[in-house]
Amino acid sequence: MKAYLILEDGSVYEGKSIGAVRDCTCEIVVNTSVVGYVETLSDPSYYGQGVVLTYPIIGSYGVNLSDMESERIWAKCLIVRELSEAASNFRMEITLSDYLCRYGVTGIEGIDTRALASKLRDKGSMAGFVTTSYFEKDEVIAKLKEYKAKNGVKAVTSVSCRHIPGKGKKVAVLDCGVKNSVIGKLTERGMDVTVYPAVTSAEEILRDKPDGIVISNGPGNPEENAELIKEVGKLAEAGIPMLGLELGHQLIALATGSTVKKLGHGHRGSNYPVKFIEKNIVYITSQNHGYVVDNVSDKAEVICVNINDASVEGLRYTDKSIVSYQFAPGAETSFVYDEFVLMMGGSANA
Amino acid sequence: MPKHADVKKVLVIGSGPIIIGQAAEFDYAGTQACRTLKEEGMEVVLINSNPATIMTDKDIADKVYIEPLTVETLKKVIIAEKPDSILPTLGGQTGLNLAMEIAETGFLEEHNVKLLGTSPEVIHMAEDRQGFKDAMEDINQPCIASKVVETYADGLAFAYEIGFPVIIRPAYTLGGTGGGIANNEEEFSQIAPHGLRLSRVGQILVEKCIAGWKEIEFEAMRDSSGSAITICSMENLDPVGVHTGDSIVVAPAQTLATKEFNMLREAALKIINKLGVEGGCNIQFALEPNSFEYAVIEVNPRLSRSSALASKATGYPIAKVATRIALGYNLDEIKNAVTGKTYAGFEPTIDYIVAKFPKWPFDKFVTAERKLGTQMKATGEVMSIGTCFESALLKAVRSLELNIFSLDLPQYQSFSKEMLYEELKKIDDMRLFVVAQALLKGITVEEIHSITKIDNWFLTKIKSVVDLGVELKKGNLTPELLNKAKIYGYTDKVIGEYVGMDAKAVKEMRKANSIMPAYKMVDTCAAEFEAVTPYYYSCYGSENESTGETKADRKKIMVLGSGPIRIGQGIEFDYCSVHCVWALKSLGYETIIVNNNPETVSTDFDIADKLYFEPLTPEDVENIVDLEQPYGAIVQFGGQTAIKLTKALKEMGVKILGTKAEDVDRAEDRELFDEILEANNIPRPAGRTVFTCEEAIAAANEIGYPVLVRPSYVLGGQGMEIAYNDRDITVYMEIINRSVQEHPILVDKYVIGKEVEVDAVCDGKDILIPGIMEHVERTGVHSGDSISVYPTQTITKKDIDTIIDYTEKLARALNVVGLINIQFIVAPDGVYIIEVNPRSSRTVPYISKVTNVPIVKLAVRAMMGEKLCDMGYGTGLNPAADYVAVKMPVFSFEKLHDVDTSLGPEMKSTGEVLGIAPTFHEALYKSFVGSNMKIPTEGNLLITVRDTDKEEVCSLAKEFEKHGFRIYATGGTCQYLVDNGVSAKKVNKIAEGAPDILDFISGGGCDLVINTPTKGRVHNRDGFKIRRTSVERSIPCLTSLDTAKALLNSIEQKETGEVGIIDISTL
Repeated sequence: MKAYLILEDGSVYEGKSIGAVRDCTCEIVVNTSVVGYVETLSDPSYYGQGVVLTYPIIGSYGVNLSDMESERIWAKCLIVRELSEAASNFRMEITLSDYLCRYGVTGIEGIDTRALASKLRDKGSMAGFVTTSYFEKDEVIAKLKEYKAKNGVKAVTSVSCRHIPGKGKKVAVLDCGVKNSVIGKLTERGMDVTVYPAVTSAEEILRDKPDGIVISNGPGNPEENAELIKEVGKLAEAGIPMLGLELGHQLIALATGSTVKKLGHGHRGSNYPVKFIEKNIVYITSQNHGYVVDNVSDKAEVICVNINDASVEGLRYTDKSIVSYQFAPGAETSFVYDEFVLMMGGSANA
Repeated sequence: MPKHADVKKVLVIGSGPIIIGQAAEFDYAGTQACRTLKEEGMEVVLINSNPATIMTDKDIADKVYIEPLTVETLKKVIIAEKPDSILPTLGGQTGLNLAMEIAETGFLEEHNVKLLGTSPEVIHMAEDRQGFKDAMEDINQPCIASKVVETYADGLAFAYEIGFPVIIRPAYTLGGTGGGIANNEEEFSQIAPHGLRLSRVGQILVEKCIAGWKEIEFEAMRDSSGSAITICSMENLDPVGVHTGDSIVVAPAQTLATKEFNMLREAALKIINKLGVEGGCNIQFALEPNSFEYAVIEVNPRLSRSSALASKATGYPIAKVATRIALGYNLDEIKNAVTGKTYAGFEPTIDYIVAKFPKWPFDKFVTAERKLGTQMKATGEVMSIGTCFESALLKAVRSLELNIFSLDLPQYQSFSKEMLYEELKKIDDMRLFVVAQALLKGITVEEIHSITKIDNWFLTKIKSVVDLGVELKKGNLTPELLNKAKIYGYTDKVIGEYVGMDAKAVKEMRKANSIMPAYKMVDTCAAEFEAVTPYYYSCYGSENESTGETKADRKKIMVLGSGPIRIGQGIEFDYCSVHCVWALKSLGYETIIVNNNPETVSTDFDIADKLYFEPLTPEDVENIVDLEQPYGAIVQFGGQTAIKLTKALKEMGVKILGTKAEDVDRAEDRELFDEILEANNIPRPAGRTVFTCEEAIAAANEIGYPVLVRPSYVLGGQGMEIAYNDRDITVYMEIINRSVQEHPILVDKYVIGKEVEVDAVCDGKDILIPGIMEHVERTGVHSGDSISVYPTQTITKKDIDTIIDYTEKLARALNVVGLINIQFIVAPDGVYIIEVNPRSSRTVPYISKVTNVPIVKLAVRAMMGEKLCDMGYGTGLNPAADYVAVKMPVFSFEKLHDVDTSLGPEMKSTGEVLGIAPTFHEALYKSFVGSNMKIPTEGNLLITVRDTDKEEVCSLAKEFEKHGFRIYATGGTCQYLVDNGVSAKKVNKIAEGAPDILDFISGGGCDLVINTPTKGRVHNRDGFKIRRTSVERSIPCLTSLDTAKALLNSIEQKETGEVGIIDISTL
């Protein structure tokens, strides 16, 4: 079945429908990773977005549901050049096509994703509309110009607390859209983890006397979370070791007087170089954000930067009990978690 | 960290001659390194024995030594030049071994020379099998159960301990030379002793065979501060068991899920950090397909064939960045030249798929064992880029120039399912096509997987290629189907054949339906940043990014490259193509290069103004022509690959610059050429043009045997043989006709004499002959396999005048504008013409360097309308130099089993080295040393020659005796020698019982073999076995008495003469 992607600027791309047949309107964002579609689609940070993958052959290793970053797909739409009919992996449970259908996610293939990525690079991120039916272009464009994704954190956060017992330090995770891999990094270090919905008050969390607090990743514009920022501010005052990740990094920054700005077309992919200033070492990181910390308040110092655009990638706060990173720590940067454990006075092998 | 302040003068070591396992990729790496060093203000001293390289140009390095790559020479260069540093990691295994050897002697410390980049300790850790295993254990990186042994008995005991099959790998060798898989003790006894002998340190690794696992490579880079990145992942379509150089490879890895991908990427980074590599590094993994179990196969802490591939696959200039790291820079201080804005400290991400396909020499060596294993056999490779696997694969296949455009080969169409099941068990160069045919015949993906272990993903994709072919053959070509076929990479010609249409009609249909190719940019970042590099590939169903615009109204010239490295068409044509581009640029033209070889300098994105990485077929080239509308095209420098495109280019309306296509035809067409010769009174050996075997036999009998038989439009003597009788002719014609012949077969009288070769530049009126070369071997040995000497040593003034006269006459008669290459026979009764090629030849780089005449540049200027008399290099014959240069062929026989090593009219060498010195003797000696021949000065010499050579070999034997050699010979030869006063000892022929001649060669008592093949093609079993046994025991085996005389000469030189070095930039 033919499908169309219409962008805010009036450009129309014709492709073939994949996944669920359902019209959708979303912010179109570009991810340049070669692997990782299962994780990306289920990452709550992609809530409500239409994800363009620049690698042209997607679906080659199918889907293993245990690789998901949450219990469902949060992205609204998948835009690819080719959904590979060939899929092969010893852990594969279902195909990517089935994965999309299972979670009712719209998709479109046969799109020149490189051309689309170039356009979004030059014009900045845009809203888009995907449909399989007849459409009036002008109407669609008018609608797209109005479109704004809102309240992402509220939509993706958990509704109740979750406790994963461990023998190590007690860690409170404020779930702004936390990924399973973040929890995994903590539990594999033996931490006793409690995940709190984003609406939980600071007092309630502090009442449980955590040894450390993680403000998680999540979707959207950080500034729209006024209440949450207030609570994060209170948590930051508590003097308990705190780790901010991705959106969490931005929320702490906003709560402590720094500002954020929107990036032209965002950082989404797995090849972002981050330089740790003290170590003088560059690490390659995965990122997914459209906003970035801009003016840093005097309460924090920049400890790492993106070497391509010099944007802020990590902050350490003056009393040294809070650190935060714009990237998703993993692989060579998983020492971030070890350092957090040490900050709490624990040992990574607990 | 900024660059080291104390580094000012750097010695770069090249990789020597092209051999299997070490091809043009190190010219790419070395040239990039030298240019980077010069950009950084360094003085660059270069040593490399290979004269066909771009890196040995004096505009690439400041001081250039084309000298043998030995410790002795290196010491002399260091003493003469006093460099403060050596860059050892860009010259392949050869360069690295040499640097390691000299470092071990303590010489470098004595002379205050340091090694830049990765330290010798690191290299040792990575290369020494046990050291490496220990290092991997330290960081919990699994290796395969294995043991380093120094004796056969220890190896066998270990093989029984871990169980067969086992893989045997010699330490410190190239391309796995001397390795193999042994399934049982018998096979072990064949492989292990060979491996022990070939290893530089007398060690072999015996390891558990993990054939069938996935083979994955990562190319990584690390700076001295410890920042490390992976540049590219690559996956072999062929599972473990086939050398990665012989595998079809795709980039990025296709069948790894996130978990496995990240696991191996992390392992690669751990390894490069543990080793402390400063620069580039290649890490090979084996991954068990049904678990997360993996093992590290090999780590190369240097630039390699894979890094060249990774560099071209991603656009990331690995050699440049590695060089800057060696100078002390950090990754975040090095600009990414592709974007001009971002830095080298990031991981390239790509938005296309790359396929690499090996180019094997089996079309030339028809008798060679085609089985693929741990010993690399490919001479070169092609790369292709597409937006889907199907198109990348089909583009790669047609880039091989095997006249194959689809996966459905006629030779397998008649195979039954049963035959295909058997065929699938073979692991050889045809496996892809067998798999395709099996899928066509209904054998399932699962069945094929269970036999071949090729991942189902690849098999399913191959199936989609052949399924589309079936769909096309139904004959109903809708626009949708046509669009899909083009996206999949099918050419108009194949689509036409399948649906029953003319290729032109298919193109018309495409145009009518706007199914046109688009060109996309290779930019390292999947369009995240705007790129400034004009590096393009084609695809369908896409928006075009290459505008075809011309900057500043310059005329655009298209230069056609030479495709994959193969026997007969090597790196020298890349040299010519690159120099052609540079010459055009200096004349103010905009240049476009089209090529598909990832190992070359010409496919670096900063050589031409635009690089199209595309197959060199008429359709692919026409698409570029349609877009770019070049003013003209140059085909003279890209070998046969480019020449073959002449007709197609003309039909596209593209102006062929230089010699006209009609005149090229006149040189190739027997009758037209004869007319020219007759009109100019130039003799050639009597000959005929034939098509059938019967005609060939009739012609041969009319002319009189022996005759040379060959196809016209030849490449490196493909299919050329000397025939002595009717039966020989019958055999050759059968082989020649195995591939489709569009052109007639030539039968010529075989005239014995000295062979002389000339390259000349012509402007349509005058000619310039930079130098005349004389071959050491008499006629009958292919010019590419002959020792070639400049200037001539034994040709009389009269004959030289005749040669100049003939060259002038021919150049004028053929209206040559640009280059012409002519081969002559100087026989006792005069000078004959053998062959004329109105284009660049393989001797151009070497003769340019030793005569100091920029031949390619002058030829390009002539082609663009300038006159030789205005160029400042004179006309006629350039005065001969007062030194001698000897070009020595280098072979790769050790790597190709069942190939006869005897020299003949068919070219067999893979590369060449140069010896240059004030005297012929010294130059010859240096070229023997450079070619890696172990020159014996005494010992046992075995002589077995054909009857006609007995008289001649007798005086030679006496000379060898004088030098203290003991002469051994078989029956007739021995008797003859003894009768003539040589105290030869008899060795049994094979039929005469043990110990026979082969035992003699294998037994370790033989130092040199002189064997001339008996007449005719039919394998003389004894002779063939003698030659093969010698090669396999690394004993020099000379198959021409002329070569033997030359060696004798060098033995004298070795005993008596001092050997100097020459900086060719001062010539």
